[in-house]
Amino acid sequence: MSQVLEDDQRIVEFDVRTDEMLVNMGPQHPSTHGVLRLVLRTDGEIVSELEPHIGYLHRCAEKIGENLTARQWIPYTDRMDYLAAMNMNLGWSLAVEKLLRYEVSEKARHLRVLIAELGRIASHLVGMGAYGLDLGTFSPFLYAFREREKILDLFEEACGARLTYSYITVGGLTADLPPGWLQRCEAFLDQFEPVIREYHTLLTTNAIFVKRTAGIGVLSPEMAIDYGCTGPVLRGSGVDIDLRRDGESIYTAMYDGYAFEVAVMKNGHYPRDHEYPAVPRDAVLGDCWHRFFVRMLEVVQSMDLVRQSIDRYSRCKGSLGEPLKLAEKLPAGDAYLETECPKGQMGFYLISDGSAIPWRVRARSSSFSNLAVSPELCRGCLIADVPAVVGSLDVVMGEIDR
Amino acid sequence: MRGPVFIDELEAAVPGAVIGRNLEAIDPWLEIAADQLLPACRWLKDSCEIRFNGLQCITAVDWFEPDPKKAAKVSWEPHTELVYHLWSTISRVSLVLKTKLPRWQDDTPGKPPEVASVVGVWRGADWHEREVYDLSGVLFVGHPDLRRILCPEDWEGFPLRKDYEMPLEYHGMRGR
Repeated sequence: MSQVLEDDQRIVEFDVRTDEMLVNMGPQHPSTHGVLRLVLRTDGEIVSELEPHIGYLHRCAEKIGENLTARQWIPYTDRMDYLAAMNMNLGWSLAVEKLLRYEVSEKARHLRVLIAELGRIASHLVGMGAYGLDLGTFSPFLYAFREREKILDLFEEACGARLTYSYITVGGLTADLPPGWLQRCEAFLDQFEPVIREYHTLLTTNAIFVKRTAGIGVLSPEMAIDYGCTGPVLRGSGVDIDLRRDGESIYTAMYDGYAFEVAVMKNGHYPRDHEYPAVPRDAVLGDCWHRFFVRMLEVVQSMDLVRQSIDRYSRCKGSLGEPLKLAEKLPAGDAYLETECPKGQMGFYLISDGSAIPWRVRARSSSFSNLAVSPELCRGCLIADVPAVVGSLDVVMGEIDR
Repeated sequence: MRGPVFIDELEAAVPGAVIGRNLEAIDPWLEIAADQLLPACRWLKDSCEIRFNGLQCITAVDWFEPDPKKAAKVSWEPHTELVYHLWSTISRVSLVLKTKLPRWQDDTPGKPPEVASVVGVWRGADWHEREVYDLSGVLFVGHPDLRRILCPEDWEGFPLRKDYEMPLEYHGMRGR
């Protein structure tokens, strides 16, 4: 700031140069994936600084967890990543079972895989559809939600709720599947497979989409790990980590015997990439397009996992088992477990002093760390690239604010 | 966890850092002295053979029992504990570090306890430390921009502390 400007009494507050603008996006904004406030410092169209302000959806679930038993806290996990609530329930249930050193029945294990992977498909459909919406195209959003409705109908038949399920609980699941559910699920998968080609035509190979996402918001693997980014954001930068294969034994044991490939680029190739559109020439590893493409590949892998789990669940003899008591006493100690949720690695930390009510619960949200890297990614990009970058991180505010 | 070899190396490299451990716990942990936290973290990330390049989570636990009858029966002294969950993406090994801090600095209620910030070691610690400051009241010395992240900027008090009481009113809205 020059001396003349400093002495001028008419110019107040922010040290904004006269050619700079402070643009406020949100908290009510169609492109910010929830109540997120982004303050941009721009020089014309070029963003020199981006600052996310969060906390508009903060409900302090962690304080509430200090007054409820472990099973009673499950509905609060639903409302964190409300688009993939099944995976949230699973993460918390597994963390409590880790502390209790409890193993669920074989049948419950397969059903959990089935439900978790269907939840992953549902979440990625929202991520993909809403990403198109952020960039200004409305059709993929409706196409994605058309398919998601079918998954939500299946979940509603299984547990009664469409969004906040509380279905997977500590010790198993609250109820078994109704008759005919598996057939309806297979029918959905049979019908969904050819529809994925439509999405590739609508978005992945769409010239406008490629122009808006290829080469934008490039995240290097070192920065991704340093900031704690996980999930498709990390795999989109080429880092080969997936907790379903690399995580803790209580979690990988759930996927024991299931064959799946991690959606990450290795030696310049994605798994089975001859079946998919080629990577565009302008796309750089770690940009928005790659993060989006990883999610598309994960949908296909999840469909395969659902088919495997349907097969193994129906052949499994034995009962589902009952969930643990509502006020089950937890042993003294602490346990932390991260699971591979659709948005990234969601961690739940539980400290118990020996009673049924935990001393401290902590939810480590993947979107929290993923959003923390957005100021770095958006430095120097255009204002129109900001929704492209934030949308590619696929954040959900319920998880960030808890 | 690959044997305690790196723990001996840590003790040699940063003397006085490791003041406790429990390797048989469900998540094996090391207790680090509060004033040696930053050099220990730096060593674990840069010089350790298992490079702990991922900081997954920072948690603050308020060990304080507000009910005086129950407080007489607990086996620990009131304190604030910081728990750091580290992970190595290269070796796929995880480690937990625990640090004990006083509940209030110099036993002055209202003055948050201080500890070194590890933002220089892992950039992801930035937002985690802001959240711990916001909700549990721990001051991270050396943090570039320590301000509230989840609660509004003019909020008073640290909600996750066990003796926290909601304010009577906030900008005209009734608190309790």
